Amino acid sequence: MPRTPSLLAPRGWTWLLAVGAALTVAVPVLNALPSGSALHLPDYLVPLFGKYACYALLALALDLIWGYAGILSLGHGAFFALGGYAMGMYLMREIGARGVYRNPLLPDFMVFLNWKALPWYWWGFDHFAFAALMVVLVPGLLALVFGWFAFRSRVTGVYLSIITQAMTYALWLAFFRNDMGFGGNNGLTDFKDLLGFDLHAASTRRGLYVASMVTLGLGYLACRLITGSKLGRLLLALRDAESRVRFLGYSVDHAKLFAFTVSAIIAGIAGALYVPQVGIINPSEFSPGNSIEIAIWVAVGGRGTLLGPILGAVLVNFAKTWLTGSIPEAWLFVLGGLFIFVTLALPKGVLGLPSMLGTVLRRRPAAPLAGEERAP
Amino acid sequence: MMRVIRFFLLVLLALAPLCGAAHAADDFQTLLAQLASDDFDAKAAAIRALGALGDPRAVRVLEALSSDGLYTTSDHKVVIAVESGDGYALTDPIDGKSLGTVTSDAVDQVMVNNSLRSDVESALAGLMLFSPRREDRQRAANDALKHPAPGRIPGLKKALAAEQDDEVRGTLRKALAAAQLSSTDKSEQLAAIATLSDSTSPEIYNLLAERRNASNLDPAVEKALDAELHAIAQRIRIIGFAATLFEGLSLGSILLLAAIGLAITFGVMGVINMAHGEMIMLGAYATYVVQQLFGAFLPPQWLDAYLVAAVPVAFVVTALVGVALERGIIRFLYGRPLETLLATWGVSLVLQQLVRTIFGAPNKEVGNPAWMTGGISLPGGVFLTWNRLVIMAFCFVVLGLLALVLRRTRFGLHMRAVTQNRDMAAAMGIPTARVDALTFGLGSGIAGIAGVALSQIGNVSPNLGGIYIVDSFMVVVFGGVGSLLGTLAGAMTLGIVNKLLEPVAGAVLGKVVVLVAIILFIQKRPRGLFALKGRVAES
Amino acid sequence: MRLRNIAKALVLAGTVLGTAPFAPAQADDVIKIGVLHSLSGTMAISESTLKDTVLMMVDDLNKHGGLLGKKVEAVVVDPASNWPLFAEKARELLEKDKVAVVFGCWTSVSRKSVLPVFEELNGLLFYPVQYEGEESSNNVFYTGAAPNQQAIPAVEYLMSKEGGEAKRWVLEGTDYVYPRTTNKILRAFLHSKGVSDADIMENYTPFGFSDWQTEVAAIKKFASAGKKTAVVSTINGDANVPFYKELANQGVKATDIPVVAFSVGEQELSGIDTKNLVGHLAAWNYFESVKNPTNAAFIKQWHTFIKDDKRVTNDPMEATYIGFKMWTQAVLQAGTTDVDAVRQAMYGQTVKAPSGFTVVMNTNHHLSKPVMIGEIRPDGQFDVVWKTKRTIKADAWSPYLAEDKGKVADWTFPWVCGNCTEPKYKAYAN
Repeated sequence: MPRTPSLLAPRGWTWLLAVGAALTVAVPVLNALPSGSALHLPDYLVPLFGKYACYALLALALDLIWGYAGILSLGHGAFFALGGYAMGMYLMREIGARGVYRNPLLPDFMVFLNWKALPWYWWGFDHFAFAALMVVLVPGLLALVFGWFAFRSRVTGVYLSIITQAMTYALWLAFFRNDMGFGGNNGLTDFKDLLGFDLHAASTRRGLYVASMVTLGLGYLACRLITGSKLGRLLLALRDAESRVRFLGYSVDHAKLFAFTVSAIIAGIAGALYVPQVGIINPSEFSPGNSIEIAIWVAVGGRGTLLGPILGAVLVNFAKTWLTGSIPEAWLFVLGGLFIFVTLALPKGVLGLPSMLGTVLRRRPAAPLAGEERAP
Repeated sequence: MMRVIRFFLLVLLALAPLCGAAHAADDFQTLLAQLASDDFDAKAAAIRALGALGDPRAVRVLEALSSDGLYTTSDHKVVIAVESGDGYALTDPIDGKSLGTVTSDAVDQVMVNNSLRSDVESALAGLMLFSPRREDRQRAANDALKHPAPGRIPGLKKALAAEQDDEVRGTLRKALAAAQLSSTDKSEQLAAIATLSDSTSPEIYNLLAERRNASNLDPAVEKALDAELHAIAQRIRIIGFAATLFEGLSLGSILLLAAIGLAITFGVMGVINMAHGEMIMLGAYATYVVQQLFGAFLPPQWLDAYLVAAVPVAFVVTALVGVALERGIIRFLYGRPLETLLATWGVSLVLQQLVRTIFGAPNKEVGNPAWMTGGISLPGGVFLTWNRLVIMAFCFVVLGLLALVLRRTRFGLHMRAVTQNRDMAAAMGIPTARVDALTFGLGSGIAGIAGVALSQIGNVSPNLGGIYIVDSFMVVVFGGVGSLLGTLAGAMTLGIVNKLLEPVAGAVLGKVVVLVAIILFIQKRPRGLFALKGRVAES
Repeated sequence: MRLRNIAKALVLAGTVLGTAPFAPAQADDVIKIGVLHSLSGTMAISESTLKDTVLMMVDDLNKHGGLLGKKVEAVVVDPASNWPLFAEKARELLEKDKVAVVFGCWTSVSRKSVLPVFEELNGLLFYPVQYEGEESSNNVFYTGAAPNQQAIPAVEYLMSKEGGEAKRWVLEGTDYVYPRTTNKILRAFLHSKGVSDADIMENYTPFGFSDWQTEVAAIKKFASAGKKTAVVSTINGDANVPFYKELANQGVKATDIPVVAFSVGEQELSGIDTKNLVGHLAAWNYFESVKNPTNAAFIKQWHTFIKDDKRVTNDPMEATYIGFKMWTQAVLQAGTTDVDAVRQAMYGQTVKAPSGFTVVMNTNHHLSKPVMIGEIRPDGQFDVVWKTKRTIKADAWSPYLAEDKGKVADWTFPWVCGNCTEPKYKAYAN
């Protein structure tokens, strides 16, 4: 699959960052305008856009390993959720004695389950710095261990996809258990504030949105750095012909492991930013369906590019927001149809659309699109 | 006629000490009226008294009462009513004469609840010990065994003396022994313990254990009880293990059924078919539709056969959907297995919503036919249900037929050729496109058949597919992609391991452990339990 | 070149994003109400019926001339059984659509997810499902049962002579907050009645659990101890069908081991063949089989609206009906849809409910409702075998739980709070 070179050209990504920066600034500024103003951005859109930004970051993380290293993880939702839980645990501890049962130490659900002491894995989460460290560390370590086992035994392709799915499925079931100490099905909710800022204040929301956008930008830069480096080229090579790269003497496992871990960390950070904006983290984030959906965002946007997943995540989620409100009984037809259409007609996603149109215009009659990819 | 008279006499004889001479046959009418009382205690007393009355007419009344068939008319007369057309056909319980048909407004049901129903049961059981029908007596004997009471001893002794059937005698003897356990006579106690010695039922174990906890037991009795309790516990443990194995096999057969279709579409063709679960769902809905059609167009005695008819219907419907899916979408995606995942995920969303739109979101009722309800009771309190046994057998039949198709038919040969080397197969003149479509149709069709079976144990709802999809993938990957034998072994292993873990770790943790085990296992054998051997270096 | 296109597209997308679908549609002659029930995903099985119920009520209201001279319009959205999406949709309904009230939610987690949104934006939510209690928000009216209106009467019934004098208890539930809470309260209640822990078995299974062989066998084993055993089931929606099928096939009869369920109503039973389940019980505040004119009219209205005579009614539908009627009355009384005014008008509001009783909204935002115990009939309906003489007031905080000791939910002077141990306006309380 040829890359879309123009997007990686220096001018290309500076442009992109400029647009991103403009969006980062514009949303909070427009939102801060008095509500009578014609340009005023309604309050509810700020966390919504913030949520999109987190999803975009998550999609970017998946694209790093799927689009560039050819590893389709169907368990990326797990890393996202783990990051979210780490943040959620901090937010729970922040509630302190303001909970329903006024217990200064234990979150409400623990009081309710008759727990007398804070379990050890909750220790330290009253410090933001510790929680932030865990946001990175927990998904990162899980990915490191999981990847180390999987890549070393050369589990590839579909098999890898399925066992990542098994991983998120197992975590899903485990987190549902109330005895696990993570709030069971209800998850963690009823957050009050973050670092002393009231989570229900408009200004905090704007801050979180800006933080999400900035992190998205940083994530983009990091991914660009990786994919532009020698390692990035190695990843591309092993995506296309793993055995050949191996025979050439490269350490394929280490390259994959690195990308997988970085990707998981980015996903974890996305999760951590997501939780304070939506106000809840619960095991359904681990559901296998959610992880598949992330892959779909990437595919819709165009995998193997860095802009694609961002665009795809925003597009699909925007469609979801819009359609669940405007055609609540038929939106699944539209969304399902969109997925089918994109896979069939736009193998390179929305980003591939311009180049495809170009091809079609240049030489018609057009070659059958779908035949294009058939392996020789 | 003789038998009935003897039965009547025996009943009177047996119950004489209980009811004394106070109740004459005229009491029947008084008690009957009392049944319709609004007072719960009065009703219960009436039932007990009817049971003790020994009037054969009471059997009919009590049976009607427990099956919601007793009504009162507007002039407060108690009648037995059977629904007929729009109204009710009435019978006089006193003389058994028909009272004609009335509309449903004209009668009021005599309400019963569980507690009254069990009063009726034990009242009937006392009467039934002398019933001319063997199964009634067996049921009554079982009831006596379940509720042992010293007061029942005389009746049981009489019944035992009159009983001819060996099996009923055996149960009666045990029931008698159970009642005699609390006897004050040491030798009688020891004899009772000896009679119960070959028992495997948890009820008797608990009965003995309770007896053992009683104070001031004779040392000899104590010793006999200890030995007996130990022996029974041992037997129950072994039987319990066998029961767990059965549960595991049953779960395994369900997993297998859900996964066989996937073993073809995913295992053989390499298509990650996320719409597989929805094929199962379509099969279940096809079953529902067939059931409704049978109910609407065929005489009621045919209704139980709907399930047999549903199998081919579900197969054809889902196979057609599968072929359409393959021709319309999947054929454009060969060689891009991960992208089939995305497209078929879209398909699954659409199919779910489609079913929701057509049939509505709530569950649909698919009944078990009579030949699949209930089960067989085995010693040790183990109960094998018919629906699970039938599904188990069915799953092996499906697997066998499929193996036959793959190994013995021309289509199977083509299919194997195409999956092993598509280009070579095409060069040999095999119509690969047609084989692809048919293979996918076959896989989908089998998923549809699985839906027929699953409708018998679970929900029929638009979410049905989602329950099984992840598990199906686990089974296929664990067993080894492309190997039917592997799928069989995988499903059974997972089923049994799951059930062995469940009592120890709980249902959730057990499953989590299984999933982690699969992940670790794949590290060890990246191609599953039964890897296909071949010269495939990198797929 | 291509990049510029993309950048343009991005800007364009941004503009579209910011305007078209989000543009609030304003009209002064309609009153909007939000319907926040899942129409897809796992909860659609239960929730979609409630959406239809609200639409039926709206339809009826409009036929009677609307409200305050305005037409009432239902804004239906699909939160798709996705909990964060519930919060997002709630925010959208309140901020973008400016709905006057929202009828919605089923699961506790969905309610917990939207609760901060309603409190922040001072919206009004009517929650129509039986739940675990332990909550009283100023922005929610709970029209379903609290544990003391369902669980405790059911257990009391089974303990009574009439109910079979159960001595041993199996608490079987799905592993989430409602069963955990209910069982915790029940355990405390059973202790208070002298039942020891050895006679209580508590077991939890995951959502959508489908293989009940082991659990049903365990129940039978537990019941073989000689004492009369009853099962209290708080198993959630989907998992019930396989549970009851297994019960029926393993021959667990209601006369031996009665199972009383708190989440199984007419609608759940319509997915099961009930011939072999006769006598098992359910506890609710309403059954379709209840005979009175209000219920007959309610059933008729439902059948006409849904155009299907086979569709059943159930308790959450009745709770929706009550909530909707009460809200309508409160709006009429207040003369406005303003949340604060309507809330004040809600207290003490009464409705003649299809259950045959007159239910009243209390100042703890919960209803006083009757409790009924029904036994399953072969046709999938229930025979009401026991009911309370009068309505019972819901406890937001359970008197059986240590951590709830002294907690009061009362949103009128001098308390004005949902979770406190002393009045907010203590100084002026005399």
